[in-house]
Amino acid sequence: MDLKKIRKDVAVVGAGMTVFARRLQETGKEMSWEAAKMALDEAGLTLKDIDAVVLGSAPDAFDGVHKKGEWLLDGAGGTNKPFMRVYTGGGTAVFAPIAGWWHVASGMFKRVLVVCEEKMSSVQPHAQSAFAHIWDPILDRPLRPNLVWIFAMEMQRYMHKYNVRYEDIALVAVKNKRNAVGHPCAQLADPTITLDDVINSEPMALPVRRLDISPPSDGASAIVLVSEDVVYEHTDSPVWIEGVGWCLDTTMWTNRDLAFPKFLARAAKMAYEMAGIKNPRKEIDFAEPYDPFDYKELQHLEGLLLADPGEAAIMTREGKTQRDGEFPVCPSGGLLGVGNPIAATLGIKIGEVYWQLARKAGPRQVKKDVRTGVAQAWGDLMQFSAVVVMRRR
Amino acid sequence: MSKKTEFGPPLNPRGRRLEAKELESITHVRAKVPAKYAWAAGTAMSRFLEELKNGKIIGRRCARCDRVLVPPRMFCERCFQPTTEWVYLPGTGVVETFSISYIDTNANRIKEPILVGVIAFDGAPPHCGIMHYFGEVKPEELKIGMPVEPVWKPKEERVGSVLDIKYFRPRRK
Repeated sequence: MDLKKIRKDVAVVGAGMTVFARRLQETGKEMSWEAAKMALDEAGLTLKDIDAVVLGSAPDAFDGVHKKGEWLLDGAGGTNKPFMRVYTGGGTAVFAPIAGWWHVASGMFKRVLVVCEEKMSSVQPHAQSAFAHIWDPILDRPLRPNLVWIFAMEMQRYMHKYNVRYEDIALVAVKNKRNAVGHPCAQLADPTITLDDVINSEPMALPVRRLDISPPSDGASAIVLVSEDVVYEHTDSPVWIEGVGWCLDTTMWTNRDLAFPKFLARAAKMAYEMAGIKNPRKEIDFAEPYDPFDYKELQHLEGLLLADPGEAAIMTREGKTQRDGEFPVCPSGGLLGVGNPIAATLGIKIGEVYWQLARKAGPRQVKKDVRTGVAQAWGDLMQFSAVVVMRRR
Repeated sequence: MSKKTEFGPPLNPRGRRLEAKELESITHVRAKVPAKYAWAAGTAMSRFLEELKNGKIIGRRCARCDRVLVPPRMFCERCFQPTTEWVYLPGTGVVETFSISYIDTNANRIKEPILVGVIAFDGAPPHCGIMHYFGEVKPEELKIGMPVEPVWKPKEERVGSVLDIKYFRPRRK
């Protein structure tokens, strides 16, 4: 692996996202179009300027259409262009931008549109009936599992091994749902939520309670990536993608110690090496780790090597990860606050890091001056992570 | 060319809360997608299921890294070498992790919780095992590290499935 010999530097010059909600009126295609158009508008481009399109979307089973890339093609602006769809479960939100990055970094394309869409409300009665099909058919499915189980078991193992208190984990949900109040697309923002609200919410699969988890949603997000050759035609202050990394652990999830995401640490090291980062804690100013559950934000900060195992909970308790804290985490409001239309969370991971670094985040802008941020997403059967480091030079 | 903005993006996210009467005008087309499958269990898992019928847990040893893989595989995904030997395990283990679930497979609420977790088998490397239910134990008694043993269905009811084990219970001395 040669992480230094990239042909072209790649910058983000526009981003867009739809409201995250149960979008009964719109099709996935229509939502894709809305997000793509917003990203193009912010970049000051039209579809004609785009050389290639990358689409990210999670399981076909949500739509019941087993060619989801083509199903969404028109909405993503992909007709009559080089087009591909990528899918790594929840990790798609950051992996699709990585796929867009290599389109440009390779030198093949100058301007690439990346669109991520998810419409989870089509599947009836609940997205769980689609999630049922990601389990191993021989070992797991006879036990009639619910996808929340696997996270509950991971959370339990994490709390046990690193001596993490549930109350500290629940503080993440409070923080993110409050942060989301400044987000125009937020589904789950709550300005008055308290720790007690989370701790006393209904049990789902303990230790996971209702407010520890981000429920199904619909939405779409998009970004425009351009090559260093043309970037200054579009902006005076580009936000560069400086490092990317991704990695998967074995699908045999009952053969892993679930407490620490080793695959994420590998992905992070890859991205940091490419970005020339030697001490991530000192050189990274803020993070947008994937937070479909509150414990995941903590575990991911640790996997990103931004905290020691178990330490992220203490940082949270001490207020360091608040938007105005010394290391802001999920200033967007994250999946817990804005919502979780799986692949479409691109807009609150890569999108938010871009808006923060471009100083465009408005009421969500973090207080301290930020130059380097990291976005991360996680998915498949709890085995995949994608990491992107972005910087304002 | 770039548009300068003064407000927090995204600039103009479309979408809004629907009024109750608007819901009536939304058209959906409903359908079921019927699909049936016959999944091959494969060489290693076929033997594993066969041995469950006999009331036994079996793994495969990788001669290179010396791990006993449970559930068994015909190759070691780390060494990328064929596994070479069948190894019977005692079937006992410890609770690697667990959950007390108040939702069923379709996310319906249930009154009596399902106790579920991962059992790390004795004789296998650390953290290696399978997912299964726990029984004969109160939710508040379940602990990580608790020694457990399988409770098998009667022999004549076993069919070669993980459900040939009813559940795991705290190990009796």
